Amino acid sequence: MDASDAVFFPDRHAPAAPLLLEQLPSYQSLLYRRKSSSSTRRRGSGRGRQPSISSVKWAEQKPVHSGEELRPVRELPMSMQEKRREQQQRLQQGGALSGWGVWSVSVRRSLKRMKEDGAEALAALQLWRADIHLIEGMFGTGILSYFSFLRFVVLLNFVMFLLMFVFVMLPMIISSRTAHNTTDSRTNVSECSVYPDTSRQGLVVFHEHITDLLSGTGFLERTYLFYGFYKPEFIHPRFTYNLPLAYLLSTICYLLLSLVWIVKRSASGFKRKLVQDEDRFQSFCNKVFAGWDSCISNETAARLKRSSLLYELKTDLEEERIKRKMASRTRSEKLRIYSLRTALNLFVIAALGTCFYCIYRATVFSQRKQAEAQKSMFLLELVVEYLPSIVITLANFITPLIFNIIIAFEDYSPAFEIRFTLMRCVFMRLASIGVLLFSLWVQITSCKQPEDCHCGYNHQVYPCWETHVGQEMYKLVIFDLLIVAAVTVFVEFPRKMVVQHWRCGVTQWLGQQEFSVPQNVLEMVYGQTICWIGAFYCPLLPAINTVKYVLVFYLKKVSLVTNCRPSTRPFRASSSTFFFLAVLLIGLALACVPVIVSIAEIPASRACGPFVSFQSSWQVFPQVISQLHPGLRSFLLALASEACAVSFFVITCLGMFYVIALAGAHKRVIEQLRDQLAMEGRDKRFLIQKLCQAQQVCVRSPQRFGGKRRNAGVCVQEPALLETQA
Amino acid sequence: MGNKQTIFTDEQLDAYQDCTFFTRKEILRLHGRYHELAPHLVPMDYTNDPDVKVPLALIVNMPELKENPFRNRIVESFSEDGQGNLSFNDFVDMFSVLSEMAPRELKAIYAFKIYDFNVDNYICKEDLEKTLNKLTKEELTPEEVNLVCEKAIEEADLDGDNKLSFADFENMISRAPDFLSTFHIRI
Repeated sequence: MDASDAVFFPDRHAPAAPLLLEQLPSYQSLLYRRKSSSSTRRRGSGRGRQPSISSVKWAEQKPVHSGEELRPVRELPMSMQEKRREQQQRLQQGGALSGWGVWSVSVRRSLKRMKEDGAEALAALQLWRADIHLIEGMFGTGILSYFSFLRFVVLLNFVMFLLMFVFVMLPMIISSRTAHNTTDSRTNVSECSVYPDTSRQGLVVFHEHITDLLSGTGFLERTYLFYGFYKPEFIHPRFTYNLPLAYLLSTICYLLLSLVWIVKRSASGFKRKLVQDEDRFQSFCNKVFAGWDSCISNETAARLKRSSLLYELKTDLEEERIKRKMASRTRSEKLRIYSLRTALNLFVIAALGTCFYCIYRATVFSQRKQAEAQKSMFLLELVVEYLPSIVITLANFITPLIFNIIIAFEDYSPAFEIRFTLMRCVFMRLASIGVLLFSLWVQITSCKQPEDCHCGYNHQVYPCWETHVGQEMYKLVIFDLLIVAAVTVFVEFPRKMVVQHWRCGVTQWLGQQEFSVPQNVLEMVYGQTICWIGAFYCPLLPAINTVKYVLVFYLKKVSLVTNCRPSTRPFRASSSTFFFLAVLLIGLALACVPVIVSIAEIPASRACGPFVSFQSSWQVFPQVISQLHPGLRSFLLALASEACAVSFFVITCLGMFYVIALAGAHKRVIEQLRDQLAMEGRDKRFLIQKLCQAQQVCVRSPQRFGGKRRNAGVCVQEPALLETQA
Repeated sequence: MGNKQTIFTDEQLDAYQDCTFFTRKEILRLHGRYHELAPHLVPMDYTNDPDVKVPLALIVNMPELKENPFRNRIVESFSEDGQGNLSFNDFVDMFSVLSEMAPRELKAIYAFKIYDFNVDNYICKEDLEKTLNKLTKEELTPEEVNLVCEKAIEEADLDGDNKLSFADFENMISRAPDFLSTFHIRI
C-alpha cells in the first residue's frame, strides 16, 4: 500500500475511504501525474476535468458528454503525452473527414498559427518592452503597473497629436505652401479685432530668446503652437476646407477618444473589482497564495519582496486588532473621535482654501506684471512668468505632507488611511488647475473702464486671450518637466550618495529614496489633465506632452534603478491599475468642464484664431448645419430636439436599472450557489460515511468473505496512518 | 517559413504548439534553455523522442526559479515521478502553465498541487504553515503564523471541514485579484 497515495481523512472517528473518493469524477484532475501502476487500485494515468480518457475500470462514460463544450487541448491539466493522446482521440472522433473537412481544418490551423505569429510580432513592437521587463524583474508588478500606465499615456498623447495634426495643422501647412484664395471672413472690423504684434523688435538680447522659449511669448507666439495663428477659412482650388469646424470637431474627437480608450482599458479591472467587493474579502488568502511575485529573479528584489510581504501580513494582523478595538468603542470615545475628525477636516478645508487663495493671488500678480511689459532682470522676469506654476507645485508638495500628518490623528484603519489621503491629494491637484483657470478668466474679463470689455473680454490687455491661456498651459507643462528633471538630478542622486557614503543617524533615518507609485501617478494625471485642457488653446501641446513623458520614462527608470529601493509598503498591482485609470477619468471629466464652458459660453476673441466671425466657438455648428442639405438639416435638428433627448435619456435610465437589477440577481444566485456547495460537501462526507459503514458490515460478516480481507479493496482501515496524519 | 532546424520534426513542433501556449520560436528557445541546464545529458536531436530527465537540483538553479520559495514544489508538481526530475515535455508543460496565456482555471489546479505539501489533496493547516514559513523565511512568530493560517482557512473554507479542498481553493482564487499576475514566470 503506497503511503504516498491520495488518502482522505475527513474525520478522526469515521473510517477512511480513500478509494471511494478517488473514484469521484471531481477528484480526477487533482491526482499526480504518475505512471499507472499495476495494482488493483485504480491509478489514473489519464485525468481530465471530463473523465474522457481515464483508464478507470468503472468510469465507463462516453468520452465526451453530449453538449459539453470541448476545451482546447492546451488548457487541460495533463502531461504532454496525455494531451497528445487526447488530441489524437479528438481527431479520430471527428470521424472520417472528407476532403473538404480536412482542408477546412488545416486552413483554420494555419490561420491560428498566423494569428499567433502576428500577435507575437506585434508584442515585439511594443514600446519599451525590454525596459519594462527589466523593471518587472527587479521591482515586481506594483511598480511595473506605473510604467505600463506611463506607456499608455504616451500612446494616448501621440494619437491626440496625430488627430490634431492631420485635421488642423496639415491643411494650414498645405494652404500656406500652395497658391490659393483665402476668404478672410472678418465682417466687422472693430477695435476688438486689432492684434498688435508682440514679437521683440530691434536688438534682441539672447536671454530674451530663452524667456520666449520657456514662456511661449515673442517669436513663439505667432506659430502653429498657439490658437491665434490659425486662420478662419480658406479655399483650396478644388474644395473648401472649413477650418473652424475641423478645429472644433477634432477637439471633441480627442476628448471622446480618450474617454473610450480609458474606459475600455479599465473594463477588465472594474469587473474584477466588482467581484472583489463582496462581503468576505479575503486579504489573508490573497497574500498567502497570490502574494509571491514569481517574476522576481533578482536576489535583492526577492529579499525586499519577502520583507514587504512580512510587513503586509503584520499590517493586516494589526488591522484586525484595530477593527476589534473599533468595534468595542464606547459612546464617549466615538463622540470624541467624530468631533476630532470634523475639526481636522475643517482644518484640511482651511488649508486647501489658503492654497487656492495663494494660487489666485499669484496668478493675478503674474498677469499684472506681464501686462505692464516692463523690462527687468532675466531671472526675475522668468520667475514672474512662472509664478502660478511655482505656487501650484509648492502647494502640491506641501499638502501631502500635511495630509499624512493629519491622517495619523484621525484614527482610521490603515487601508482606509491610504485611500483617503490619496483622495485628498487627487482633489488638491485637480482643483488647483481649476483655480488657476478661474483666476485667469477673472483677469481676462476684468475691466477698469466699461468700454474695455464691450467685446466680452478685456481686448486692450488681451487681444487674443486664447493664445494667452495656451501660453499659461504651455508654461505649466514645461515647468512640470523641469521640476521632474531637477528633483531627479538634484535631490535623488545626492540623497543616494549621502545615504550610501555617510552613515550617521540622520541619514539612516532618512533612508534611501522610495519609489512612491501613488504620488508619481498623481503627477502624471495632473500633467495629462493640463494637456487635455490646453490642447484646445495650444494644438501642439499633445506632441510636447508625448516628448515630455518619453523623457520622464527614461528619467524615472534611471532614477529607479540606481537610486530607489522598493517600498516596504507595496502598492498592489491589480487594484492599482483600476485606481490609476479611475483617477485619470476624474481628470478627464474635470478637463472637459473648462473646455466645454469656453467653447459654448465664452466669446471667442475677435482678433485672432479660427472663430473670429462667430459669437462663441460653438456657433460654427449652427452655421454649418444651416448650409447643409435640407433633408439632412431637418434630421439633425430632429435629433437635437427635446423629444429625442428626453426619450434617449429615459431609455438610458431603463437600461441602467435593468443592468443593476441583473447584477443584484446574480449576486443572490452566487450566494445560493455558495451555500449549495457547502451543503454538497457535507452531503458527500455523510454519504461516504454511511457507505463505509454499510460496507464494513458486509466485510465483517464472515460467511461471505473468508479471511482474505485485503481483496475487499475498499474501506480498509489504516489506523496507523490515521494517527500520524490527523 | 523555412526555418531549418533539426531539433524537432515538424510534426513534433505542431504537437507542441497545440498542447502548450508557446509558438515555434519559443519552443525552440525553451529547448535551448533545457539543453543549457545539462549539456552532457540533453541531446540536441529530439526527433526520436529520447527519454532524458534533468534532475531537480539543476532545474531549481535556473535564474527564473532560483528566488522562488516554492521552486521545489513547483518542479515536483510537474514531474512524473514526483521527485522533480523533468523530461523536456514536463519542462515545456511547466512553463506553459506558468506563462501569461494560461487560463486561470488551469493555473488554479496546479497552484493547488503546489501548495499541498503532504499530497493529500487538501490544503490543511500544516500545509498553510509550511507555505507561510517558506514565504517569510520563518520571520513571523508562531502565534502570528497560527493566526494567519486560521484567518486564511476561515476566509476560504466553504464546507466547514477546517481545510481547503480544491473547490474551496478554486473559489478563493477566482476572487484573488493578484493571482494571475503573480503566478506567472516569464521565460
